[in-house]
Amino acid sequence: MGHVLAVVIDGIIYSSWLFIIAVGLTLIYGVMKILNLAHGSFYALGAYAAASLVGRWLSAGRAPFGSYAMLILAAILVGLVVGPLIERGLLRFMYGKDEIVLVLVTYAVFLILEDAIKLVWGVDAYFVSEPYGLLGSLSIAGLTYPVYSAALVVVSLLVGAAFALALKRTRQGKLLTAVIQDREISAAMGIDVRRVYLVTFTLGTMLAATGGALTAPTVSVVPGMGVEVIVLAFAVVVIGGLGSFAGAALGSLIVGMVRSAAVHYLPAVELFSVYAVMAVVLIARPKGLFRALEARKI
Amino acid sequence: MRAPDRTEKIALLGLFALLAGGAFLPQWALFLVTLALAKGLVVLSLLLLMRTGLVSFGHGLYYCLGAYAAGMVGQLLHVGDAAVMLLVALAVSCAVALIVGLLLASYRGIFFAMLSLAFSMILYGLLVKSAALGSTDGFNITVTAAAGASLSSASRRYLLFALSASFAAMAAVGMHRFLGSHLGRLAPAVRDNELRVEYLGASVRRVVYLNTIIAAALTGLAGALTALVVGHIDPEMAYWTTSGEFVFVAILSGTASVLAPFLGSLLFELLRSFAYQYSPNTWQMVVGAAMLLVIMFLPTGLWAVFGRRGKRVA
Amino acid sequence: MARPIPLFEGLAILAIASAAGAQQPAGAEVKPVKIGIVTFLSGAAAGPFGVPARNGAELLVEAINAGSLPPPYATKGFGGAPLSLAFIDEAGGTTKQVSEYRDLVQRQNVDVVVGYISSGDCLAVAPVAEELKKLTVLFDCGSPRIFEDASYQYVFRTDAHAAMDSVGAALYVTELKPGLKKIAGINQNYAWGQDSWNDFESAIKALKPAVETTTSQMPKLLSGQYGAEISALLSGDPDVVHSSFWDGDLEAFVLQAAPRGVFAKSTVILTAGETAMARLGAQIPDGTVIGARGPHGVYAPDNQLNRWLRKAFFDRYGVAATYPAYHMAQALLGLKTAYEKAGSGAGQEKVIAALEGSSFETPSGTIRMALAKGHQAIEETVYGTTKTVKGQVTVVNVKRYPAEVVNPPEGMKTQDWIKASLKRTK
Repeated sequence: MGHVLAVVIDGIIYSSWLFIIAVGLTLIYGVMKILNLAHGSFYALGAYAAASLVGRWLSAGRAPFGSYAMLILAAILVGLVVGPLIERGLLRFMYGKDEIVLVLVTYAVFLILEDAIKLVWGVDAYFVSEPYGLLGSLSIAGLTYPVYSAALVVVSLLVGAAFALALKRTRQGKLLTAVIQDREISAAMGIDVRRVYLVTFTLGTMLAATGGALTAPTVSVVPGMGVEVIVLAFAVVVIGGLGSFAGAALGSLIVGMVRSAAVHYLPAVELFSVYAVMAVVLIARPKGLFRALEARKI
Repeated sequence: MRAPDRTEKIALLGLFALLAGGAFLPQWALFLVTLALAKGLVVLSLLLLMRTGLVSFGHGLYYCLGAYAAGMVGQLLHVGDAAVMLLVALAVSCAVALIVGLLLASYRGIFFAMLSLAFSMILYGLLVKSAALGSTDGFNITVTAAAGASLSSASRRYLLFALSASFAAMAAVGMHRFLGSHLGRLAPAVRDNELRVEYLGASVRRVVYLNTIIAAALTGLAGALTALVVGHIDPEMAYWTTSGEFVFVAILSGTASVLAPFLGSLLFELLRSFAYQYSPNTWQMVVGAAMLLVIMFLPTGLWAVFGRRGKRVA
Repeated sequence: MARPIPLFEGLAILAIASAAGAQQPAGAEVKPVKIGIVTFLSGAAAGPFGVPARNGAELLVEAINAGSLPPPYATKGFGGAPLSLAFIDEAGGTTKQVSEYRDLVQRQNVDVVVGYISSGDCLAVAPVAEELKKLTVLFDCGSPRIFEDASYQYVFRTDAHAAMDSVGAALYVTELKPGLKKIAGINQNYAWGQDSWNDFESAIKALKPAVETTTSQMPKLLSGQYGAEISALLSGDPDVVHSSFWDGDLEAFVLQAAPRGVFAKSTVILTAGETAMARLGAQIPDGTVIGARGPHGVYAPDNQLNRWLRKAFFDRYGVAATYPAYHMAQALLGLKTAYEKAGSGAGQEKVIAALEGSSFETPSGTIRMALAKGHQAIEETVYGTTKTVKGQVTVVNVKRYPAEVVNPPEGMKTQDWIKASLKRTK
């Protein structure tokens, strides 16, 4: 029975990782109706920034536990610098264009950032594994898991809880929900949609960067690491229903579990298991599991 | 038969110019133009979908299917005849579209794009897993004959070029006529307002289904042509980035004219080739920047530069 | 972490180098030899393979032009003809590579093309080279299919194909663990990973038919998260875990698998581990079996050329030369030998005749063009086990397998050879 437990644990860890990335994507789509391909680049930027900061921190001989602060700092920095830069500097000129054109705009941003990352950090891999091993490991069902993975699950739950609370309980959250539901009416009611967009995009960028920063200690940070993440996060968000937070959570869980089961029982189908799930879900529920309401055009 | 209008005349004149000029083009340019024309067919099919209000991020599905269908004819049946390969590719992509199209016909917007992406990625996954087809390495295709007549290496290049050019012209004219027909005119109507189309007594679902199949046929044909021109195929043709590139070229070209896809495709190939040569380390950046510039300053596509007089050429 | 030399700087260096080469003692007009170099300059394969190979090409060509290589290559240029280089990025897939290849040959008019790390690109480009009748040297790609499925006149490959890595790996682990019962694999889900695993598994089964495979994991390239795969490996409790991972994926796998005890529980064999050794350093647990796709890098023989390459590469780029740089050296030195054997000003046909079946000295020892009618090289292969000494990774228990033992004989396909005759070679 240990096997099933391993499938579930692996699935949960993978789902948590996916959720942190997907929630930012769904947030940006929900509010701004932009399917942001550059999300993968933000993820990579977060990873690179984290690798650089943690590397500096450790080589300066400071307390290793401070490296966790560096991971978070990296994500915040990337969010605050890159988010506003791209939203104010580029995207705001594009609002009102077709959704697909906006996808292409972010694709262009993605291409540019890919090379920009290469110009800044070079093509060599970076890695900072210290934060990964620092917390030790624990044994479940005869298998060893690093505590860091458990921490990832906790972070992911915190992010989810924070979103749920913020949207339901705070004024800002309610304003955000209003903009998601109807941008025009919200603007008419006096909500500063411009500001909401800026904050949303910055927050979304920060979440992608958090995903990257938290992943950095477990991988080697290399060019191209963002490409794979994008489509995966897309699949999650589409399965869950674009723009839905609950959907992002459920989508992550489904994709994580399916992938984990595939790896354990049928490694051969791992490569397209995610897409197969996406196709099945979309065929059964054409707008994803949690569909947003849409006005019908007459 | 009605007399050819302006667009059709340009397409035919262009074909003659290409066929005559092709004989004088240096080999590398001939190859580049051939490839651009073949890919232009895919972009043309996207134009049809975009007119219908649909964008596919999974056109790689048919592109790859066409190529593999042609490849398997060579690999398994040992037939190196271009005509057979192209016909089989056309048949296979149509057959798959008949089924996939049924599923896709009720989807719109981003969901249409993502569901088609899912299908193309499943094909990608299957091909990567098939060791017999060379997995990610793919395999080579050689054309040895065309419609029964065997070919030498030099004539093969020109023949493939002429084939691509003729298909491009035929497809452009055909598409132009289709878009002007009753059925074709329903496409933009569906895009603008589905309810009205239904009230008028036409079936939105049928229009979308039909257009998906036409688009698939064109794309499958283009995939097979590309395979013959390049001489090698691999699953990358079904990967989402391949599809994304076609959508990019389609936006670049705009939907104003059936000729725009071929021009856009040619410009894109040139841009990439030169960016590759002169900026091998940052070519993605160059392409990305070019893309942003076009979207910002030529929102209706490159054709806007030619169509300034305001008249829609379609 | 050394930043790579930006291209324009590299070009400037080359320009100076070729200018220096041009100041030949007056004599017969020597036409420079223009070499098109194709390697990954972007994407995931750039860091571990593409850029070291490009750096190797720059270094070698500069030294060849200056005549500063150790013997037997102390003469300038290719028989006096100075070299110039044109670089192309290998990223972007086969369709693009076929276009770029045509471009190199027909627009940039290179005399010879040296390149291709991806087997897919090698497969796609080879028939085009035949069509355009242009001497093309594949320097790094691994798939045996290239010369086993077709035969070429203008195409050569100066590195051994990948079967030898898997066969060598199988020989090494069966010697290391005579009581081997269970094996498992984790390889990337693309041709290289699949072939590596298939060859390894069939070689092991040929050597020890009773061995059982617990799991063969095939994660997607660049997936980066191996949590579930590692659990699956662990729960099968294999004696040996085989992986042909490289670079980012390899490092991520080591970082994630080591804390979870994969390396403690099983012997892990990393057939392309050498490119990551310098960077991962002591992160690679002791007792890991490491390969370098031949006698390259840490496994290169102690000859004059290797001492030169090791030192010059480190002085210039601040990192150790890894196997892609050695493979590049093999291609360029093979060409130099052939050009000089053909004689100055000889046509391409003569150079091809000279390269066919030739053997030449390289930093990796003697390379022999023994297969595919003299178009495919064979090399010995080497495996060793890591041991950290004073914070530095070193390799111990190094075993060298002669080229004939780990490569199929002429005219035999790899898979048939592994299945049919590997038992006898033991």
